[in-house]
Amino acid sequence: MARIVLTHSACRQYTGGMAELESDAASIRALVRDLETRFPGLGRQVEESMAVAIDGVMYQDDLTAPIPEGAEVYLLPRIGGG
Amino acid sequence: MAPDGTTGLKVVGTRPIRPDGVDKVTGRAQFGADFQLPGQLVGKVLRSPHAHARIRSIDISKAEAIPGVKAVMTAADMPDIPSEEAFVGEGPANFRDMSGNTMARDKVLYDGHAVAAVAATGAAAADAALAAIEVDYEVLPHVIEVEDAMVEGAPVLHDDMFTSGVDPKPTTPSNVAKRMVFELGDVDAAFEKADIVIERKYKTAPVHQGYIEPHACVAQYAADGQVQIYCSSQGQFMVRAYVAKLLGIDISEIRVTPLEIGGGFGGKTLVYLEPLAVVLSRKSGRPVKMTMTREEVFRGSGPTSGGTVWVKIGAKRDGTIVAGDAVLKFQAGAYAGSPVGPGCMTAFAVYDLQDVRITGYDVVTNRPKVAAYRAPGAPISNFGVESAVDELARELDMDPVELRLMNAAKKGTKAAYGPTFGDIGCVETLEAVKDHPNYKVPLGPNQGRGVASGFWFNIGGESSATVNINEDGTAVVATGNPDIGGSRASMAMMAAEVLGIDVERVRPIVADTSSVGYCFLTGGSRVTFATGMAVVEASKAVVNELKARAAKTWDIPVEAVEWQDGQAVPAGSNAGDFEPLSLEDIAARSGRTGGPIASTSSLNAQGAGPGFGTHLVDVEVDRETGHVKVLRYLATQDAGRAIHPSYVEGQIQGGAVQGIGWALNEEYIYDEQGRLENPGFLDYRIPVASDLPMIDTVVVEVPNPRHPYGARGVGEVPIVPPMAAMANAIQDAIGIRMTELPMSPPKVRKAVDEQAAAEE
Repeated sequence: MARIVLTHSACRQYTGGMAELESDAASIRALVRDLETRFPGLGRQVEESMAVAIDGVMYQDDLTAPIPEGAEVYLLPRIGGG
Repeated sequence: MAPDGTTGLKVVGTRPIRPDGVDKVTGRAQFGADFQLPGQLVGKVLRSPHAHARIRSIDISKAEAIPGVKAVMTAADMPDIPSEEAFVGEGPANFRDMSGNTMARDKVLYDGHAVAAVAATGAAAADAALAAIEVDYEVLPHVIEVEDAMVEGAPVLHDDMFTSGVDPKPTTPSNVAKRMVFELGDVDAAFEKADIVIERKYKTAPVHQGYIEPHACVAQYAADGQVQIYCSSQGQFMVRAYVAKLLGIDISEIRVTPLEIGGGFGGKTLVYLEPLAVVLSRKSGRPVKMTMTREEVFRGSGPTSGGTVWVKIGAKRDGTIVAGDAVLKFQAGAYAGSPVGPGCMTAFAVYDLQDVRITGYDVVTNRPKVAAYRAPGAPISNFGVESAVDELARELDMDPVELRLMNAAKKGTKAAYGPTFGDIGCVETLEAVKDHPNYKVPLGPNQGRGVASGFWFNIGGESSATVNINEDGTAVVATGNPDIGGSRASMAMMAAEVLGIDVERVRPIVADTSSVGYCFLTGGSRVTFATGMAVVEASKAVVNELKARAAKTWDIPVEAVEWQDGQAVPAGSNAGDFEPLSLEDIAARSGRTGGPIASTSSLNAQGAGPGFGTHLVDVEVDRETGHVKVLRYLATQDAGRAIHPSYVEGQIQGGAVQGIGWALNEEYIYDEQGRLENPGFLDYRIPVASDLPMIDTVVVEVPNPRHPYGARGVGEVPIVPPMAAMANAIQDAIGIRMTELPMSPPKVRKAVDEQAAAEE
């Protein structure tokens, strides 16, 4: 199980305000599917406009990144730059 | 640290002469405005004189009749595309908004908004055509300041904008595009534990990136629908994608050739002229060249946001910061999409703070749509937070560096935006400040010292690189990222390091969209990290091929060949007794061993290492004039591994100088009609060399484990701390807390007068 943390209101709006949940997804793609199933709209939100930090490493537009057992996963807005 | 696991770098970390240097100092380099095609027309844009108005009609008939005028266009010549989210530069935007920003359709939303464009055989005919276009406007009330735009009854820019992120969903339109909340821990409970609470509101002004080169392009639309665009931008693939989207053209029909770029800093991560030039070329059948004037750059292209920052910080008596709360209101300009999201996430990121809440508002106003600017959003929130932390240090009678060291984020710290930090160098930048001579220089009357730290995420993303070995053993490294901050040098150096040859034997080029694999734009401090990884991967593949060619030559297994110092050698005595084969030797015979030697790598780099920096500044304030003189300036920053230290130092110095301008002088001044009054460098004052001392730099190296050489992005962090550092230094000098930017002479003088009046 990975611990999924939602710090942003854009995600919490889909979970009824829940800030933490667990998922046994083994990749970001699986996490997107899991979230969409459990909280319709959240998976799409994550896939299209969020970055995923897995144990401190930020992933953007990479659905293949593995999520290790026991990982700490944060869903964050995508980052751009100047 | 070398990619093959060996230690000892021979090229990375050295300071070779920049590969584009001669072209630039001799004037041979072609920037956007230098490029020409035979038969090209002069394209110009008609811009709105109103801050907010409905377009009742546009009559172009008189303009079209002027001799020499070959095409006139309005938004009617562009597809009326539907709303579609896009990720551009600093964050999500919308392609429909982008289209409306390049050419107004129903309303103009700011002074300078494009309403029509012409192409003519000469500038005089183009100017006459612009003057002959008749636009019937219904002038509407406007709003410039962010908090004015948020009040009930404010002029509403978009009838279809309903604030997202609030519950219940509003039923009336608003200028507040979005509300967002980031929250960790229990903030209210944490404040209950605080011995001291600092609470203050700060304000920053929108500032332009101030790139010297104006936007410029040449477009050619051929009879078969093929489009060629030559332009200065932060991403030829970005230009291709946006032009395709805005004009409904297949990407395969468009080829974009990047020209040299004379500064971007985020401001060239969008398109303004390119779609218009393509339309004008399509209508006229001739190439069309468009170049913004400086006035157009200010009126028609995006600055970064201005905003208000309310900050509340709670701390224990020993200096431990226990809670942070902030409310950020950022103006986005005419369309939604300010960098308030990253502003929120970066606000407290330099601190080990577990109970934090940041609320952000994205607000439209009748100003140009904001564009990215180095570390978008971070400098604004940082100005508030780092000013408040300085106030906390004064309240606690603590050294501001020691207070920051006590609370600094470090490896294992849970970042104030959530994830746990890995290897980072925040503490190291503070220690570097403490160890620097500037920290101990005695100060005189009206002189003060200020410090502030800053953070930026840095990003990776999609990149491609091709390494071609020439017949003489030299190499060409082709990538798809415009070179803004020295990336060509770092690409060549990383390739040379892997190939084991002198960097002078590697020629780095920035290729057009049809000649190299896709690269996301140059921004987010990503190129040396992400595109550099592609270069390293491609170079490693070339080395593998070189070893294979040597193996074929010697008729031994490839496993029995090693690559050392630019030549193939037998792995050991068992492999055979062969004279080493240099890269030149192998290249000269490549046709006989299998053909040309080249490799391409395309990847999506992840795990860009976060960047931290700390700035220390000494100022002297003239109480009579309000002028603030910078006496000494030190910027320390973690670069992970400086591939080319001179370029890293240059990035740090440049960012610090832009931040000093943001702190002291830069602002947009509007008249009562919402017209910009200072669209030029004479009245929009950016720092010049004579204003400043040498910016001292210390490059700290805490390697990023996700990059083959440990590199982190360096281009954005240095603009984050300067505004707070300057304000803190002014406070130290004259005992006045400046809470509003810019801290220009009139404002400082006014504050000094108010201080004197209060003391009487």
